[in-house]
Amino acid sequence: MLKYIIKRLIFGIATIFIVSTLTFFLMQQVPGGPFAADKSISKAAQKALEVKYGLDKPITVQYINYFKNAVKGDFGISIKQRGRDVAQIISTKFPVSARVGGISIVLALLFGVPLGSVAALNRGKILDRLIIMFATLGIAVPSFVVCTVLMYVLGVKLELLPTYGLTSPLNYIMPVLALSFYPTAYIARQMRSSMLDVLGQDYMRTARAKGLSENVILFKHALRNAILPIITYMGPLVAYTLVGSFVVEKIFTIPGLGGEFVSSVINQDYTVIMGTTIFLATLIIFMNVVVDITYTIVDPRIKLK
Amino acid sequence: MKKQLVLATLVLTGALVLAGCGGGGSKSAKNAGGKILTIELGPEVETIDPALNTTNDGANYATYLFDNLLRIDKDGKVAPSLAQKYETSADGLTWTFHLRDGLKWSDGSDFTANDFVYSWQRMIDPEIAAPYAETVLGMVEGYEEAIGLPDAEGKPTIDPDITKLKVEAPDDKTLVVHMSTPTPYFDKLATFAALSPVKQDVVEANPDGWTLDPKTYISTGPFKLTEWKSGSYLMLEKNENYWNKDAVKLDGIKCLLMNDQNAAFSAYESGDALMIKDIPTQEITTLQKRPDYHLDPQLGTYFIDLNNTLDEFKDARVRQALSLALDRKYISETITAGTYTPATGFVSAGTSDWDGSLWTDNITDPSVYINVDDHAGNLAKAKELLAEAGHPNGEGLPTLTYSTNDAAYHKKIAEYLQQAWKELGINVEVSIVEWKSFTPQRRSGNYQTARDGWVMDYNDPSNILQLTTTGNGNNSSKYSNPEYDALLEKAAKEIDPKTRFGYFHQAEEMLMKDMGVTPLLYYNEMYLQSEKIKDSYHTVDGVYHFEYADIAE
Repeated sequence: MLKYIIKRLIFGIATIFIVSTLTFFLMQQVPGGPFAADKSISKAAQKALEVKYGLDKPITVQYINYFKNAVKGDFGISIKQRGRDVAQIISTKFPVSARVGGISIVLALLFGVPLGSVAALNRGKILDRLIIMFATLGIAVPSFVVCTVLMYVLGVKLELLPTYGLTSPLNYIMPVLALSFYPTAYIARQMRSSMLDVLGQDYMRTARAKGLSENVILFKHALRNAILPIITYMGPLVAYTLVGSFVVEKIFTIPGLGGEFVSSVINQDYTVIMGTTIFLATLIIFMNVVVDITYTIVDPRIKLK
Repeated sequence: MKKQLVLATLVLTGALVLAGCGGGGSKSAKNAGGKILTIELGPEVETIDPALNTTNDGANYATYLFDNLLRIDKDGKVAPSLAQKYETSADGLTWTFHLRDGLKWSDGSDFTANDFVYSWQRMIDPEIAAPYAETVLGMVEGYEEAIGLPDAEGKPTIDPDITKLKVEAPDDKTLVVHMSTPTPYFDKLATFAALSPVKQDVVEANPDGWTLDPKTYISTGPFKLTEWKSGSYLMLEKNENYWNKDAVKLDGIKCLLMNDQNAAFSAYESGDALMIKDIPTQEITTLQKRPDYHLDPQLGTYFIDLNNTLDEFKDARVRQALSLALDRKYISETITAGTYTPATGFVSAGTSDWDGSLWTDNITDPSVYINVDDHAGNLAKAKELLAEAGHPNGEGLPTLTYSTNDAAYHKKIAEYLQQAWKELGINVEVSIVEWKSFTPQRRSGNYQTARDGWVMDYNDPSNILQLTTTGNGNNSSKYSNPEYDALLEKAAKEIDPKTRFGYFHQAEEMLMKDMGVTPLLYYNEMYLQSEKIKDSYHTVDGVYHFEYADIAE
């Protein structure tokens, strides 16, 4: 196990290095640059800006400088948000997104797994059809539509919920619903099919033949086996949901990392693009290791090498 | 049966969790008390350092937080502020500002004329790289030496020395500015947020980060910063050390930082925000009928560049014909739902003339301007001119490519151009270019025809007329006329305001005769503002003045 983790760690670092190197060179290829503006500023001002942010140096020098500092934990200062450093942006914005995202993930699991199981157990019945309908809807409807409908109905028409910010617990309801809609539907669908698969297995018949109670069969044998694909899905889901969604954050005015991610690309804020990319890559790799370890706990047949 | 019970319990638990995270809290948390005005002017602001700001929303926040030498009053006139009075020397080269007695910073310390000297020299410092430095201080004597005599590439040739900028404080209450050319509009610049004084000790202690912490964000204005929640809001509170604090009726202003028009609109409709600047485009036609919808002129012009260096556009008659074929009234009313005003000339309608009257009221030769009410006549004339130029029914002219980025009404206007120029027998292809590539491409002249626009930095026609001078960095149409250049040069040296504006009118008339650029529309600003807000005003420079506003109960 320890050997496995060390191996993954080495691969992980290599992956992050490759991802960040690619990002570094690709983002510089996008025309415009961080100082492009509708009105041309004077050559002197342009030069002064480039010097200030080290962009006047050859790209290879910039690259070496960036990684020299990054290894020391210095991810530089934002080019567009004057005075803010990248580490500070991530450390203030990530918790906000993670809180909304975390609640959404818990919600998606709490609803998705039972819904999928219920559908499988009631295969072909009306309940199953309803759940399938919900799941299809959840996967098909894009999140900006969900957001807008929620906002219009609950926020503007009924005036039940506040429409912006995260000042009170009530503020969380709409963004959390919007964020968890898709994963809930996805998990329910996935759970349904893997549950159906498991229910048809020989060991289920054996369990029944042994005279085990339905509860034991369902929770000890069926659920534990059926949940494996969900765990696989959890790795990227958790990583992506925790860093926040641009759409949801934009519509509900949530100061999270998701918005930062997209606006940094639009603004060509090089240092923020690099910082957020490295952060997300690290998070995904970490989550994948967690998923692998979880496998061994849930399914003793799996051994990590 | 049992299994269903268990599952039902699971579902119920889920529901409880959901209810749990929504428990407690009232609908809209009221602020600690006092009269707080909530407004929305834009998304997360890049910086609230007045010297570094380039955005309109940033300029508004700076207006609430900082006071300046002068300010624009509700009649749109320049009025005293930190400076009680000011005078200009006979040659127009020396401006002397006399500050009020007993001025204080928001932390209670004394404010002196030296604070201006520091702030302005800081602004031009290449180290802090303020994008607007040249626009607002480039005419001050010693500017070029102060930034190190940059070469054509912008590289300093000598060591920059910011103290070379000729701004002096002979005593604590007097500020003297020496100009290298007469700058009759410097009073307007002195109202510009970018020239607000900043406090030396707090800035030097943390040159990059002083704006991020309200404790070090010391200002001089009607309000002071108490909180900046990045991506959420700016909270401003009345500044008890402000010289004119008795005129400030609000206890605070909360500026929501919103990224989404619908979010802003929801905040307004629910009554949380009393004024919003970002209105959902699709709602405009319905909102127009409401009394709280406002449409105010902005100093800016939407125009078309015909690349003057290309053979097909060398003949002014062709340029005239292309311009006359456009029904500006139709574009304004039908395409933009009345949110833009048809343009008759290049200098936008709201611009002030030398005596404060409107620029458009002082035009001497209306015949060279576009008569937007007679489209049929214009079109007939266009066909005539085109034939005179040797292109009857567009013969001999290539298919034109019109480049634009895709935002606001740009694409719809492009489609209209296709249709309108088709009437002259000219085919047009539309090329949609990503914004970041579009502006550099246009500036370098690498296009045939393109959308363009200019929002004036200050209320003086020189700011927009300068654009079409030979070699100007923003002269995308590449119009070049030595007579035009000479007129603007004469105006730059002229001290008498009336003569100076006379040159500007002549210049614009020349530009219109040549149709160096094709003005299409004038910009406006739209916003929703509750009738509960009293005594606020909105000036053509794009500032929403809430400093002395009040909220009716």
